[in-house]
Amino acid sequence: MFREQWGRVLAALIGILGDFDLAEEAAQEAFTIAAERWPVDGEPANPGAWLLTTARNRALNRVRRDRTFAAKAPLLVPTEDAEEDVDATAFPDERLELIFTCCHPALDVDAQVALTLRTLGGLATDDIARAFLVREATMAQRLVRAKRKIRAAGIPFRVPSGDALPERLAAVLAVVYLIFNAGFGGRDEMTSEALWLGRALAELMPDEPEVHGLLAMMLLLDARREARIRNGDLVLLADQDRSLWDAEQIAHGRAVLDRALALHGRGPYVVQAAIASLHAEEPRDWGQIAALYGELGRLTGSPVVELNRAIAVAEERNPESGLEIIDRIPLEDYHYVHAARGELLRRLGRTAEARDAYGRALALVHDDGERRLLERKLQEL
Amino acid sequence: MQYMMLIYQGTTPTPGSNEWDELADDEKNAVYRDYMALNETPGVTPGRQMQPPELATTVRVQEGKTLTTDGPFVEMKEAVGGYFFFEADDIDAAIEVASRVPAARMGGAIEIRPFVG
Repeated sequence: MFREQWGRVLAALIGILGDFDLAEEAAQEAFTIAAERWPVDGEPANPGAWLLTTARNRALNRVRRDRTFAAKAPLLVPTEDAEEDVDATAFPDERLELIFTCCHPALDVDAQVALTLRTLGGLATDDIARAFLVREATMAQRLVRAKRKIRAAGIPFRVPSGDALPERLAAVLAVVYLIFNAGFGGRDEMTSEALWLGRALAELMPDEPEVHGLLAMMLLLDARREARIRNGDLVLLADQDRSLWDAEQIAHGRAVLDRALALHGRGPYVVQAAIASLHAEEPRDWGQIAALYGELGRLTGSPVVELNRAIAVAEERNPESGLEIIDRIPLEDYHYVHAARGELLRRLGRTAEARDAYGRALALVHDDGERRLLERKLQEL
Repeated sequence: MQYMMLIYQGTTPTPGSNEWDELADDEKNAVYRDYMALNETPGVTPGRQMQPPELATTVRVQEGKTLTTDGPFVEMKEAVGGYFFFEADDIDAAIEVASRVPAARMGGAIEIRPFVG
């Protein structure tokens, strides 16, 4: 209930009031009242409209009482019909306006992430702080500063139009992906938050292939979550127990991917979703996977993608072909490069070189799970 | 909203320099044309042209004593090279105008500073 309604109610309130803080306080008040009354009086027919009306009226009363609020929110002019109930059908869904405001490039990326989780997701400041490993006070300050900048710099509450949309949408998707990655790094609640945001975006922008691409990719990757870790250790895809994969979620992810492809999507998220889908097949079509990594590399220019292509090429043809690609990748300080070299050298029986490569990977790795995996590989040589 | 638009030249060639002389004629003309179009954009109040940062003088007061030094407060290429005012509904319009300032694509940058109130 809270999660379904919070973002919509808050977005509509910001649209009406033109002020984040005032809207947030009013929304909080309305949700508190609902928590007291609904168990006794029963849930209203349209909970969202009820919450919005209640919150709006509270905000208007506050403005009437408190002149400093009126000065803060000059857009807020109490109208004659202010006390009337909000028409359920006219309850506007302004979550898109809200997410584009939160992910405006004039805000720091960390602030974009925090603000999106706070306003759309309704997460508490200390939960966000924990997920991103910063102190609560630091996170609170980050949110305050972001809201202050929205007000002072005139960041609009609007979905960008025309030419600006692709770039701005990419920024929104990047924020959702960052949240998802925080989840993949062990903060499970962030994964479900990212999936929830992805679903909301897909519902709000049904014709944008990259939106479906991102959602499909997240669903397909997350479907393997249970199999990724065994006894606290990372398990490589090839060694994963496939019975632990969530088959239903994989099917769902593929359906979302089909939707993106039907919209002629060929952007980076759609390609990554297609790769994730191919990785969920047995036997894997390494030729196709390598070709898609090639396409993704052309789209992003990322050497990390080139590394993945090298691994796919090694599977498709032979380890030498993979090594040839790896040796051209300018990523000396990236432990995966050395881990991948080590693996391919091992397959070629070049044990001494493989040991060297794993050693270099170990010197660069930070994550404990990955370190143990590398140590295991080194011992098995 | 009212914005102060600060132009940082960075490595942008400016008239009078060798780098400027090496620019092709259409490139030079494009720069003049773009600045003129900018000055005629609704909401823009052009700033006055400033002498280059090389001719700046910086003043500090330490323990009651006025210290005057030759040159800008920051590094030469970090110094403000020009400015204009812009009035619009929101920062998106200011970002669009900033992106049309030649210095933004020639090695410099534009800083958008909203005014208070």
